[in-house]
Amino acid sequence: MDIKTEAFTKSLWVFHAACSPCNNCDIEILDCLTPRHDVERFGIVLVGSVRHADVLLVTGVPNFKTKETLKKLYSQVPKPCLVIAVGSCACGRVMFRDSYNSPCSVDEIVPVDAYIPGCPPKPEAMIAGIVKLIVKARSKK
Amino acid sequence: MSHKIVVPIGPYHPLQEEPEYFRLYVEGEKVVDIDIVIGYMHRGVEKLSESKHFDQVAFLVERICGICSNSHPFAYCLAIEDLGKIEVPPRANFIRTIIAELERIHSHLLWLGLAGHFIGYNTVWMWAWRYREPVLDCFEMITGNRNHYAMMKIGGVRRDIEDKDIPALRKILDELCPAVDMFKGAIMDDPVIQARLVKVGVLTKQETIDWCVVGPTARASGVDIDVRRDEPYGAYGLVKFNIPAAKDGDIFSKTVIRIKELYESISIIRQCLDIMPKGEFDADVKQIPPGEGIGRVEAPRGECFHYVKSDGTNRPVRHKIRAPSYVNVASNKVACVGGTISDAAITLAAVDPCYCCTERTAVVDRVSDKKILNGFDLVKLSQEKTEYLKKKVI
Repeated sequence: MDIKTEAFTKSLWVFHAACSPCNNCDIEILDCLTPRHDVERFGIVLVGSVRHADVLLVTGVPNFKTKETLKKLYSQVPKPCLVIAVGSCACGRVMFRDSYNSPCSVDEIVPVDAYIPGCPPKPEAMIAGIVKLIVKARSKK
Repeated sequence: MSHKIVVPIGPYHPLQEEPEYFRLYVEGEKVVDIDIVIGYMHRGVEKLSESKHFDQVAFLVERICGICSNSHPFAYCLAIEDLGKIEVPPRANFIRTIIAELERIHSHLLWLGLAGHFIGYNTVWMWAWRYREPVLDCFEMITGNRNHYAMMKIGGVRRDIEDKDIPALRKILDELCPAVDMFKGAIMDDPVIQARLVKVGVLTKQETIDWCVVGPTARASGVDIDVRRDEPYGAYGLVKFNIPAAKDGDIFSKTVIRIKELYESISIIRQCLDIMPKGEFDADVKQIPPGEGIGRVEAPRGECFHYVKSDGTNRPVRHKIRAPSYVNVASNKVACVGGTISDAAITLAAVDPCYCCTERTAVVDRVSDKKILNGFDLVKLSQEKTEYLKKKVI
C-alpha cells in the first residue's frame, strides 16, 4: 500500500448527497455520528462542502432535478473519491422504479463503489459497509 | 448603504417529506423577503399509488417521509376504513396509538437535537439523539425495524405487541422521563438559549390563521388545534391527555411545546398499555367497495390528510396527500422576514421542516452571482452569535 492510498483511506470525510430520499437513510447517517455509534472516533465526519470530501454518500432515487445536481456534485469531488449508495432506493430504485419522475438509478449517473441495501440500513450496516470499502480500497494495486 | 443580496437555501433536502428551496432576499443582515420553491424531492407518490393495490399503498405512503413513517400509512388506513366503513378491532386501535405516540417522541427528540445543533449547542444534539436511541430500540423490539415500522394495515395492524415486550417498553419509558426532565431544565432555564430563541421568528395568532399553519407550530401561537382531541381516531378518545399551548409564537414557545408534548406522549402510551384489551388485532378485510374516504392524523408536525377514491377494483383511482409541512413551510414567509440572517437557520428549522437543506445554503450576490457564504458559514454565523450572547449574558 502506497502512502497515497494510506492517507486517502484514513479519516474519511463524507459528503452526504440526498437525491430525493424519504429522509430515513439520512437520519440513520446522522445517527452514526451520535453517541451510540460515534464514527467520529475513526475520523469519519460529515463535511459541508463536497470539495472537502473523500466519500460521496448518495441516498434516494434521483429525479429529474436532483439528477443534474448529482452529476455536478460528482464532478466537484476531488479524485480519487469513493461513492456509496445508501439504502435500497439508491441501490435499485425499488418501488419508485415506475415513477414518472425517476429517470435513472444512482449507478447510471455516477460510478458506485459500495452498495448498502436496507430500508433504511441500520447504522451498524453502514459502518460495516464503510469498513469493507476501506479494505477494498487498500487492497487495490 | 443597503446592499440587497439573495440567499438560496436548498435546493434539495433530506430531512423532510416536502422538498423546498428558499431564496432569502437580504439587505445587510436583515431578511426582507423570502421565496419558496418546491419540487426537488418529487417522486410521484400519488400517481404511483394508483398503480399499486390497496395493501401495497400502505408500504408506499410509508416511504413519503422517514420521520413521519407511521402517520402517512395511519392516515391512509383511516381513509380506506372510512371508505369501506370497516370496523377496526379495539386492540389494533391501541397498538396504532402506541406506535403513533412513540413516533412523536422520536420525532420531537430529533427536532430538539437538530435545533440545538443550529444554535451552536452540539451538546443538546448529542443528548437528544442519545435519548432517542432507546425509543428506536422500542420500535425494533415491537415492529422489527428502527424506522419504517410497517405496522399499519387496512383494518388493523400487522403485528401484535406481545406481553413479554411490555415490561421492557415500560422500562424504556421510565428511563426516558428523567432524561426529558433534565432536558427541560437544560433548555428552558438556559439564558443563552433564551436569548437566541425568545422573540425570534414570531408568528402571531392572526398570521397563523391566515397561513393555515397546523401542529405544534400553530399551538405555539395560541391556535388550539389538534386532530387527536378535535376528531379522535385510534384510541385517543379513550385516554386522557392535555394539549400544551402557548401564546407567544416565537421559537422558544415552539420548543417548550414540543418538550411538553413528550410528557403527554409518554403518559398516553402508559395509559394505552394499562387499558389495552386482549383479542384480535386485524379485521381481515377482503374487498374495498367503491366510494371515497378521508383520513386525518395528527402527525408530529401537524395534521396529515389523506383522501382516497375507489371504484371497486383493487387499486385506488385517486389518492391525495397533504402533509403538515406543506402548509407550515409557507409560514416561513412571515416568520423569517424582519429577522437577521444568523436567525434564519433556526427560524426556518423551527417549523420542523428540514435541516440538511440549511447546511447547503449559499449566499449569492444578486448582481455578480458570486457565492459569498455557504451553508457552513451560515450555521457558523448562527453559532458565533450564541458564543457572543453567552459572553454577554453570563
